[in-house]
Amino acid sequence: MKKEYTITVYTENQVGLLNRIAIIFSRRKINIDSLNVSPSEVESIHRFTIVINETVEVVRKLCLQIEKQVEVLKAYYNTNEEIIWQEMALYKVPTDAVAEKLKVERLLREYGARAVVIRKDYTIFETTGHREETDRLVQFLEPYGLIEFVRTARIAIIKASSGFHDKIREFEAVEPAEELIENEFLDKGQAVFTM
Amino acid sequence: MSSIVKEADKKDTLIQLSSTAPVEAREISGSQAVLEACIAEGVDTIFGYPGGAIMPIYDALYDYNDRLKHVLVRHEQGGIHAGQGYARSSGKVGVVFATSGPGATNLVTGLADAMIDSTPLVCITGQVFAHLLGTDAFQETDVINITTPVTKWNYQITDATEIPHVLSKAFYIAGSGRPGPVLIDISKNAQIQKFNYEGYTKCNHIRSYRPKPIVRKEYIEAAAQLINEAKKPFVIFGQGVILGRAEKEFKAFIEKGGLPAAWTILGLSALPTDHPQNVGMLGMHGNYGPNVLTNECDVLIAVGMRFDDRVTGRLDKYAKQAKIIHLDIDPAEINKNVTATVPVWGDCKETLPLLTQLIQEKQHKEWLALFNQYTKDEQDAVIQAELHPTQGELTMGEVIQLLNELTDGNAIVVTDVGQHQMVACRYAKFNETKSNITSGGLGTMGFALPAAIGAKFGALHRTVVAVIGDGGFQMTLQEMGTIMQTGLNVKILILNNRFLGMVRQWQELFNDRRYSFVDIQSPDFVQLAKAYGIDGASIDNRGLLKNALQKMLDHDGSYLLEVMVGKENNVFPMVPQGCSVSEIRLK
Repeated sequence: MKKEYTITVYTENQVGLLNRIAIIFSRRKINIDSLNVSPSEVESIHRFTIVINETVEVVRKLCLQIEKQVEVLKAYYNTNEEIIWQEMALYKVPTDAVAEKLKVERLLREYGARAVVIRKDYTIFETTGHREETDRLVQFLEPYGLIEFVRTARIAIIKASSGFHDKIREFEAVEPAEELIENEFLDKGQAVFTM
Repeated sequence: MSSIVKEADKKDTLIQLSSTAPVEAREISGSQAVLEACIAEGVDTIFGYPGGAIMPIYDALYDYNDRLKHVLVRHEQGGIHAGQGYARSSGKVGVVFATSGPGATNLVTGLADAMIDSTPLVCITGQVFAHLLGTDAFQETDVINITTPVTKWNYQITDATEIPHVLSKAFYIAGSGRPGPVLIDISKNAQIQKFNYEGYTKCNHIRSYRPKPIVRKEYIEAAAQLINEAKKPFVIFGQGVILGRAEKEFKAFIEKGGLPAAWTILGLSALPTDHPQNVGMLGMHGNYGPNVLTNECDVLIAVGMRFDDRVTGRLDKYAKQAKIIHLDIDPAEINKNVTATVPVWGDCKETLPLLTQLIQEKQHKEWLALFNQYTKDEQDAVIQAELHPTQGELTMGEVIQLLNELTDGNAIVVTDVGQHQMVACRYAKFNETKSNITSGGLGTMGFALPAAIGAKFGALHRTVVAVIGDGGFQMTLQEMGTIMQTGLNVKILILNNRFLGMVRQWQELFNDRRYSFVDIQSPDFVQLAKAYGIDGASIDNRGLLKNALQKMLDHDGSYLLEVMVGKENNVFPMVPQGCSVSEIRLK
């Protein structure tokens, strides 16, 4: 059964790696719903957050192919239940609509929207939330003359994760301790991060 | 003890060197650094073709001619296939040089071939000056992005100071773990640039790359238990045994357990043909017993193989009754096509001996006899007529059979792709490992001639016979020029059926004999060889075959023998596409 999976990849910061990872999906004609790449909590290590809609078998194989790339340290896949995630969105609306329509003002407040820029002609709001919440606000704002709208990719934190600082030390060791090496064929069911 | 002292001495020297580094470090060009890296990595032969963007490296090569042998090929595709042949016969990393643009794009087929067949290669391509990147400069092409899907790793160098450590990474990545091709693209300015060279250090660790896992005893124990409880265990093995240099360990394993073992096309020659437990070839044109009994065994032990669709046939009817143990170094291969009951993730050089320790000594005589029974059926239905025909047109099988007799199974046999490949792999006899060189995964026609040239350079003391079809030979026959110029001794055996035989066979069996564009004409191959200074002969008579083959083998230097074989002979047995391995057809 297909469902939404979030893939988290820790990588070196290397030119061309984005392409190497992207073609693992495109080769199998799998569409990436959302992609975020940014520096992680560990210096020089980057973190990819990729959202796709696929079966668990496919996602598992994709992660193994990703991990096979020389500059990839680790790839994890999680269902929505296993992560906390957010997307950010910016909305540009005519200032008149906000100022004059009480309903608009109330809704923006309800959605926790924050004004970023207020000008005579337009106002830019920002929200963070799940995709559906953003979609609902867009739908609501459209009749009031939504000028422009943009959203970021999903970023996600794995609930069970204990971060990457300790892991990177093991990766750097020429002879890592046996119990710290993750063996997905033996250690299933253990905590997400066992390296 | 003495070695420790030596190590200590070495360290002292190193420290001394580094303490006087400003004096010791010398200024060299990026091009020289590339060649220094090759020498430090033990490279002895480079296959390549010069051009504008790689000229500085070739200029430097002029001075390294005494330490590095460069083989000038006739086309970059020939160069990379030669590199593959070299890697496969020598077990070392093959090195290929090509220029930018078309030189680099001509490598792509070979890269794809090396990628799917896990062949270690380091390809070095020239690139336009860094300041011209992205300007559509002359002979500029985006080589890194073109080759990303078909390389294990690739990297573009635009500054000479990167060369030593990037090349050491390249050799390490290409040859370690599951091997594969690596491409390093070096812009012309970096080749010319002078820098302070502080020596070359071999790479042995990259933090984001773990070539092989730490072997865990849990699955070794679980696998051993399954094998010990098995009544009908069956081993299938691939190139992993050869790449892992684990031929001895593998033999010890199957001998202790009394396990029948069948090979994939790339696993061929890892176990001598005559070994009593070698039960033959798997897959679409494999042997009868190994295919049928895959669906009757109770424990299937896969060693260093990846369950290619040509091996498994229809997956949902493949070995469903069996518990499956899968030994592989690449975690992405485990559970990719066939779900393993016990995955044994690791280098088979390490895992096989551990497994051998824990398994009981057994014979499985009745089970092994069953394979022999199937062999007998196949012998009667197919093999006898193929290998020992007494009348009618020559068969490919009898040529290979005679070749076996005359070489005694000691030659390296390089095959192209198609019917002759299947026949040669089915019937060629091998005593030694690394003796079967063929394009397995990609099925690259035109592979054999250049790969045979490389294979010969990789094993100069051995006889190399390239078995090629009339179609495949015409794809890369320009490499006869390379043979001419190097004076190399390669035997070219063309099995000419005046058809693109494998496609014709499918058209006959599945397309109602609608022979669509498989009728291929050939030039006079013997004359053509002669033009390149290669002696040869063409025969179509059974009575002349043995002498002709003997003459080819005895000839001092390269020789081309064309054998006219039956036009519409088919390769059997065959597992038709989309069928289960147990539905294998004998005719």
